[in-house]
Amino acid sequence: MSRKLNTNSQRRKLLIGGAAVATTPFWFNIAKAQTAPIKIGFPTPLTGAFSAEAQDQARAAELAIKEFNEAGGFNGRKAELLVRDDKLNPGEAATRTLELIEKDKVDYVVGSLSAATQLSINAVCKERKVIFNSISQSDAINEVKDWSIYTFHEALNPTMTAGAVARYAIPRFGKKIVFLTADYAYGHEMVRAFERAGKKMGATTLADIRHPLGAADYSAFLPRIKALNPDILVLCNFGRDLVNSAKQCTDFGLKNSMKIVTPVLLYTARQAGGPEAFEGIMGGTSYYWGLEDRIPSAKIFNDRFRKAYGGAVPSDYGALGYSGIRSILQAIKNAKSTDTPKVITALEQLKYDWYKGPEYYRKCDHQAVQSVILIDSKSKNMKDKYDVFNILQIDPTSEENMRSCAELGFKV
Amino acid sequence: MGIGFLMSNIMTGLTLDLLCMQILTGIALGSIYALLALGLCLIFGMLTVVNFAHGAFFMVGAFLGVYFLGLTGSFWFSLLVVPLITGVMGLFTERFLVRPMYGRGIDYPLLLTFGLSYVLIELTRIIFGIEGMPSITPEGLTGSVNVGFGYFPKYRLFLIAATAVIILCIWLFIQKTRYGLIIKAGSRDQEILKVLGVDIAKVWLLVFAVGTAIAGLSGILASPTRSVNPEMGIPILAESFVVTVVGGMGSPVGAVVAGLLVGIVYSMTSLFAPDLAELSIFVVMAVVLIIRPQGLFGKAGLMG
Repeated sequence: MSRKLNTNSQRRKLLIGGAAVATTPFWFNIAKAQTAPIKIGFPTPLTGAFSAEAQDQARAAELAIKEFNEAGGFNGRKAELLVRDDKLNPGEAATRTLELIEKDKVDYVVGSLSAATQLSINAVCKERKVIFNSISQSDAINEVKDWSIYTFHEALNPTMTAGAVARYAIPRFGKKIVFLTADYAYGHEMVRAFERAGKKMGATTLADIRHPLGAADYSAFLPRIKALNPDILVLCNFGRDLVNSAKQCTDFGLKNSMKIVTPVLLYTARQAGGPEAFEGIMGGTSYYWGLEDRIPSAKIFNDRFRKAYGGAVPSDYGALGYSGIRSILQAIKNAKSTDTPKVITALEQLKYDWYKGPEYYRKCDHQAVQSVILIDSKSKNMKDKYDVFNILQIDPTSEENMRSCAELGFKV
Repeated sequence: MGIGFLMSNIMTGLTLDLLCMQILTGIALGSIYALLALGLCLIFGMLTVVNFAHGAFFMVGAFLGVYFLGLTGSFWFSLLVVPLITGVMGLFTERFLVRPMYGRGIDYPLLLTFGLSYVLIELTRIIFGIEGMPSITPEGLTGSVNVGFGYFPKYRLFLIAATAVIILCIWLFIQKTRYGLIIKAGSRDQEILKVLGVDIAKVWLLVFAVGTAIAGLSGILASPTRSVNPEMGIPILAESFVVTVVGGMGSPVGAVVAGLLVGIVYSMTSLFAPDLAELSIFVVMAVVLIIRPQGLFGKAGLMG
């Protein structure tokens, strides 16, 4: 028994000695931190119904990283993008984000492409005290319940975009509205925001028809929509759902008797669906490359993107990927630090114009205050395959059309 | 807000025209279900293989269809060549993957084809990209036409007609040819066929290929009505299984009838309670399983 104890204590001594050798000196760790890359996690649905948009987000985000690194990085530290596929599933998104934070040790998180996944990513980042700059639409993320000091929202929100579309469409096309809505957070928020803006103009909702996210066939809903005979049909869906529903509405001849609008008229969806399916459809967007005629920063951004990706132009959500990353990298430079609290302060003070004119993050909810661009789809006189939209109007950058901080539940 | 409210809400605008339109829409939807379920049930009835790769063959058919349409400009050429290709893929699948599984439990080929479906999806992502391809409605079939009670897309009318022709051809093949006779006999008693000197392995090979050819054909036929993407076969596989269960596993007549039934039920539920449309087809399945566990046209004990 005593012999055994003895060997045990000897072994312990040996272990302690080994640990001392294995521990790297203090100064070496600091040196390593100064050359280690700044890691940004980027969860987004690379596969699934929104894959076209997600891929463009990742492409444009890489561009922002490249620019930062070519300009020398921050104190010699380069930035690195870690893209992960969240499969458009909130659970998967939370797991990937947790992995990015715990295993890959990312410093910040940017990304997401669904009102639902961004909330789960936000919840993880909030708990781990990691900055998350969301590049996907959501109203809930601004509200005090989901929001945290670590939450930034680079994308538009439904109140801004659906509101702008409602204010444009209702006086021009009529007051009887039918919604065809993807049955999840995004769709519900878009309907709510459109109705909120429409109410002031005396619009009435004839029906809000809900379809499951990722539905392939909408034909069963269309005879009823036709029979309801609204002035405006609002497609509150996204990605492939928008392509499919626009295509099938066209096939069923709905456009003959009503105007079709959508809160977010996606560049990628229009490319996938073709000119006939989207003919005459109007909607809102955060960005269209055609802005380059009037906005210098758009021209610079487009040219950089074209150069990097064989002449292709950036999409709306792609541009958000670029902007979301660039804001964080600029904030690091402004703060002269990668420490999260300092970067947050720098982001709050940031006034930027990366690609679409002036923007800033509102103090109370960190929502990027920005313009909404109203567009409609071209089917004739297209100069090339990128020339797909007409810019109808630009809703200027203002907090007027956003919900107030008090409405969101913040104490003012 | 309950179903009652929804019902009263719609009743005010309910006309006979709308009902007819909704039924026609349901038949068009059901056509694709019927075709897919027919392929599934041919394979199951003969080989007792539950082919989980059926949705993937459907997806491959849609991709190849759009690809050949872009290449040649002819929808009709694609319509001919696509089922040939997916049929040949089926030949190889049966000969080299499924055949070694015979004599083991029913779950062996099931798991194998399940794995195969993921391989096919990944291969499609690698070859054609993950965002899918824009589908094209063939020239001459675009736009809609007045069918008496409203405007209906021309292509969907074509889809119903094409499905009817294909089903008729398969019916004639099974009822009127020697091969059909062997297939029918084989699905009842394979031992007798062996005793009679029929090379059952060849029949299995053929049936599997016919099944996958029909899956590919359904894919190209469905492609102009929806977006073509690597995941398109996943939800429709589940729906096709519902159809086969409702119709009775292994019954071709059941597959067709149940396909149309499920399409119409889905369409009518969409009219009265759109939120429940997705659920409605599973309710149909549950009800059928309670009342007639073997399905509408099925024989009891096939799975045993």
